[in-house]
Amino acid sequence: MQKKMLWVALAWAFAQPATATPSGDVNTQLAEMQAQIAQMKAAYEARIAALEGKLAEAAKPGPGAAAVVPTNARSGAAAFNPEVSLILQGAYKERKKVAERQISGFWSPGHDHADDHDHGHDKRGFSLDHTELVFSANIDDTFRGQATLALLDDQVELEEAWFQTLGLGHGVGLKAGRFFSGIGYLNEQHPHQWDFYDQPLMYKALFGEHSYAQDGVQAKWVAPTDLFVELGAEFGRGQNFPGTERNSNGANSRALFARVGDDWGTSHSWRAGLSYLRTEARDRQAHMESGLTGDHVVAGFDGRSRVWLADFVYKWAPEGNPKYRNFKFQAEYFRRREDGRLSTADEDGVDLGVGNTPYASRQSGFYLQGVYQFTPNWRAGLRYDRLNSGRQDLGNNPADLETVDYRPRRSSVMVDYSWSEYSRLRLQLARDRSMQGVTDNQVTLQYIMSLGSHGAHKF
Amino acid sequence: MRKFLLCCLFLLSGSALAQVHVLATVPEWGALAREIGGARVQVFEATHARQDPHRIEARPSLIARARSAQLLVATGADLEIGWLPILLRESGNRHIQPGQPGYLEAARYVQLRDVPQVVDRSMGDVHPDGDPHFHLDPRNIPPVAQVLAERLAQVDPQGAPVYRANLAGFLSRWDAALKRWEREGGGLRGIPVLQMHRSFSYLFHWLGMKGLGELEPKPGIEPSSGHLARIVQRQASEPARMVLRAAYQSDSAGRWVAERAGIPLVVLPYTVGGTAEARDLFGLFDDTLARLRGALQ
Repeated sequence: MQKKMLWVALAWAFAQPATATPSGDVNTQLAEMQAQIAQMKAAYEARIAALEGKLAEAAKPGPGAAAVVPTNARSGAAAFNPEVSLILQGAYKERKKVAERQISGFWSPGHDHADDHDHGHDKRGFSLDHTELVFSANIDDTFRGQATLALLDDQVELEEAWFQTLGLGHGVGLKAGRFFSGIGYLNEQHPHQWDFYDQPLMYKALFGEHSYAQDGVQAKWVAPTDLFVELGAEFGRGQNFPGTERNSNGANSRALFARVGDDWGTSHSWRAGLSYLRTEARDRQAHMESGLTGDHVVAGFDGRSRVWLADFVYKWAPEGNPKYRNFKFQAEYFRRREDGRLSTADEDGVDLGVGNTPYASRQSGFYLQGVYQFTPNWRAGLRYDRLNSGRQDLGNNPADLETVDYRPRRSSVMVDYSWSEYSRLRLQLARDRSMQGVTDNQVTLQYIMSLGSHGAHKF
Repeated sequence: MRKFLLCCLFLLSGSALAQVHVLATVPEWGALAREIGGARVQVFEATHARQDPHRIEARPSLIARARSAQLLVATGADLEIGWLPILLRESGNRHIQPGQPGYLEAARYVQLRDVPQVVDRSMGDVHPDGDPHFHLDPRNIPPVAQVLAERLAQVDPQGAPVYRANLAGFLSRWDAALKRWEREGGGLRGIPVLQMHRSFSYLFHWLGMKGLGELEPKPGIEPSSGHLARIVQRQASEPARMVLRAAYQSDSAGRWVAERAGIPLVVLPYTVGGTAEARDLFGLFDDTLARLRGALQ
């Protein structure tokens, strides 16, 4: 520092007379000054070297010193501040103009949103996606807390706000508050962690634009074995799709999950999981076509929804070092059964007066994806999505409701570039045939920028 | 004699009883735990020498190991920031949480170098607490060995005499080795060298070698060919005698510079297991010095 200032001062002093004196004297003056500078530089360097030597000597721990005392500890009030990170996300998108985007043959989760808010994901052209603001910190030696806010225009969504136990012992971990459920593989991840711009079709069909969030409690247990075995259970309010707000005591959402995982040699690792989610719905609304009125009707579903999810992740990194090259394969499969009754009303909410229709559906779907990082900065990936609208049984169907039998599918390819762990630019091309009769060739250019103390990601 | 028998008894009971499960984040602490713990401990190392300790994933297998560990030995100083916090949280293991005797962060017991005055992400992957690669100054090993022995004794009080005896033995062997290394490394004083990442600053400091800089433009950022070309150009004014890289780092950048500058590229073990010769902590420094001296000739 001192040295730098000296040089700046010298350079400045040097520049002053040079501009003022006639060119004849300049050469001799220059030579003189250069000699002086060289002398001064040598003197300073010697002094700095001596000082550095002294400092190093002082810093050296004494031989055999019984100094089993922590030497470094962060100090100051700032040390207790929560870790804050802000994630900026936005995209430029080309999409076909479609009046209402919804997956054909599947109940649209969007209709249940009272405010019907517009997600950036459905916009064409330039758009901003949610800006995520995350606060997290250890609360004390027993608990840790985290809150994740998603900001967009005039909306603030509290995506997650929970606390968890820190090492309760015996492999037990408890979490309470609002949290992304531990079911499946992708469900716990926020959009900035996704390997593609959008989530797989099956997640959109199962839970809508968000991951499935619980307002409730989660208990997990890791088995004391060399093979990773984890079991978990959740009880929650269950107000999110496929459930609804029910204003009742008890838990309207119950989830169970089990995971196993291990390494194969030094270069391969894997995790497999099986999860179950059961939710209850009351008057979950959707627009349907009725042969009775020849028009839109609003159908309200009362009943329960049971989802089974199977997930598998495999990662390869040569000799376990993912920095230069790595590969990740992931696949998930779901089956959902819904059983209950449908009420029917016209668009003004007036009951059609035909009584309730029994409703039962068996639907399924999966996705497969692979992402290859071939240099420290570049990755490329492929994904294939497919759903089966399956069987939708409406009994004697008094309102003559029409059901759609369709197999939505989509193929996506992406390539992304990361300058560092904190910045990423992604190009994604997709052929989306999730809407019957529409083939949408999509182009997306996306950025993800992460500011602040970005926490570590799970496997 | 009685003491010896007692020790034998302890050793026997140690092998007969359940061993202390030690999880070391990096091989150097695994090796140290074996020196101090002997047969009483069962050590699992979360990483090996060909892995970049900055870039490890919290794999399921590591969570399973963290679940049953009684002592965790980590480097600290944010070296494992990308994965260790997840292991700790997901393991549900009370014994190895920060603040417990089973949580040992070695960086807290040595003096770290290169603590940045200003921390900004534009500077790359900086470590705000200082350079965490301190195990490459062998004078930093004894303080960690001492606290490790203490912690082992806390976790496994029955084994305390064994750990004390092993520590004393280790420290005296280390002291002798240190004298030998310093004698052997005398010829390296003042030798100017380039390194791939700032992995060897402590080694330079100890041996009095002159680090002329890194091939990485900023910590954790891969060098571009333009950047490497500028480094080669600098050879004319400030010639380096060799380029160093750790066993886990990519070969290409170092090879490129070494070939154009006409100087040797030296692959150092960096940690235990980095080369066939670096079988333990003694081998690590024996081999490091042998390779450095070999490159001078």
